[in-house]
Amino acid sequence: MFSRAYKLAVALPPLAWVTLFLLVPYLLMFCYSFWAVASGNVVHQWNLGNYHDLLVKDVYRETLLRSSWIAARVTLFALLLGYPLAYFLSFYAGARKDLFYQLVIIPLWVSYLVRAYAWKTILGTDGVLNTLLQFFHITQHPVDSLLYSPFAVVLTLTHIYTPFVVLPIYAAMEHIPRNLVEASHDLGASPMQTFWRVIFPLSAPGMIAGATFAFVLSLGDFLAPQLLGGPSGIMISNIVVSLFGAAYNWPLGAAISFCILVLVVSLLALAERLEKKWSYS
Amino acid sequence: MTSLLSIRNVAKTFGKTQVLRDISLEVAQGEFLTILGESGSGKTTLLRVIAGFEQATSGELWMGGERLDALPPYKRPVNTVFQHYALFPHLTIGDNVGYGLRIAGVSKADTATRVQEALAMVKMTAHAEKKPSKISGGQQQRVALARALVNRPKLLLLDEPLSALDANLRRQMQIELKALQREVGIAFVFITHDQEEAMVMSDRIALLKGGRLEQIATPREIYSRPATSYVAQFIGHTNLLRGNVEHSVARCGSLSWPVQAADGPVALSVRPENVRLASGAAEGSVRFQGVVRQQAFHGATEMVRVECADGQVFLIRLSGEAVGAIGTILPLEFSPEDAVAVRDVEAAG
Repeated sequence: MFSRAYKLAVALPPLAWVTLFLLVPYLLMFCYSFWAVASGNVVHQWNLGNYHDLLVKDVYRETLLRSSWIAARVTLFALLLGYPLAYFLSFYAGARKDLFYQLVIIPLWVSYLVRAYAWKTILGTDGVLNTLLQFFHITQHPVDSLLYSPFAVVLTLTHIYTPFVVLPIYAAMEHIPRNLVEASHDLGASPMQTFWRVIFPLSAPGMIAGATFAFVLSLGDFLAPQLLGGPSGIMISNIVVSLFGAAYNWPLGAAISFCILVLVVSLLALAERLEKKWSYS
Repeated sequence: MTSLLSIRNVAKTFGKTQVLRDISLEVAQGEFLTILGESGSGKTTLLRVIAGFEQATSGELWMGGERLDALPPYKRPVNTVFQHYALFPHLTIGDNVGYGLRIAGVSKADTATRVQEALAMVKMTAHAEKKPSKISGGQQQRVALARALVNRPKLLLLDEPLSALDANLRRQMQIELKALQREVGIAFVFITHDQEEAMVMSDRIALLKGGRLEQIATPREIYSRPATSYVAQFIGHTNLLRGNVEHSVARCGSLSWPVQAADGPVALSVRPENVRLASGAAEGSVRFQGVVRQQAFHGATEMVRVECADGQVFLIRLSGEAVGAIGTILPLEFSPEDAVAVRDVEAAG
């Protein structure tokens, strides 16, 4: 069909891009993770000290666990919000489908920072929520625990990543032929039975894709915990940022990054296998 | 003939479009009824009203002394074979067939036995463990049939189930389906736009046009005694003669013969096989001459298009006789009783 030269010409720019800006930096990072720091300078001396630190020092393991726990909650809440929304959009929105779809997408046009700061003004000590609570005499004093907590991080990340969960589920549902729903009713299944036996299994690949998005993006997030997390809401990426910045310990930062990378890539591989197993077209 | 399903004055409108108009018909126990019509005739809508996927705008459905149209689709003792089969892609063939039984709470052991029986009936036992995407269209068709019949419905609805199959497989499935229907004794309501298919398979045919029931009768009757000019033209070939009756004599162009009909305009259908080469033996037959304009050889018979002196064109079906080349003048005749008076729907609007 196409000549070898043509194929090569088309494939070369993206390949070069990926090699130069993705593979080479990863390789550098991988190398750094086996080096060390001595009196404020990186020493090119191969050793496993960084990985040893990660295993023995509780702070890293705990932060990674907390980050995973935050990401898991974000995933759960985004699914709980996103799945019914996608179901409604696909099956019951009727003529207003396109409008609702746009409404789901519009938040994605607003800068992440703006949305994170918006939650800051809502949850702060003198924020919208506390003012309201006091106005209605639900509390006498402002509730301080709203902002600068894991709760604030989970809330913000759920808000930000729910559209990423809605869209793949919605796409999966749009691909379910409607005559399958009719066939199920025809064979005696009530709408509830039809949902659990037909719609839910057929939308599972979309759910896995959405959940993967939400979990992976939340796990690596560092802005929301930075702005809203406070000391108790610190996530693993904040540690990486500080190691590469103020602490100037690139080798340790690289080691953590590499661990996260392995974790995320295996998650993605697992998700892809599950999606393949549960897709039928 | 005991009535199973009674459709009474059913009408359906979508917005401003009237899709079904005042349909009334009975489906008998164990009958193979075909609903025949062109696309847009409302046949699929009628099936969807019976299945419960659409609610009739007015009219009633009765089955065994019960209002069927008051029940949601999942409570009707009716199963459907969908046009594109609608097999569940995430379930195996066996689980597809067992779907209705599991929903109905039939025990695991009974479900397994009945699924086996149903698969054996459609010769698909070997494929029970496969997913629907791994079998051919014709096989999916059989599975869809088994999935519906395994529930032992009182009535089976089939929405153009053969339309996606190629011609050979289609003919084979027509015969199989008809044989299967006789075997299980369940009433079938079969939707098709193919008049030949309808003739081959049905006990009775209901012909729809523009949402209205034109005629319901046995294939033989609907062919030999079409009620309207539309029925006569839709089912098989015909020569439609339009003319006038005056003093019990029908006049169509230069032809005339005695009839027993009221005076006024008349439309008469003469089937091509009822026109024959004039022999002079038959008393009282209508005789005319025509020039051969076109011939089409069909094996056992030959369809010949002839033109009379007054411009009237006749399609005639001759068997065996050699009629000569195009341009030959043929002496022709038909018996007056073979000219069937039909309601002229075109002229009446």
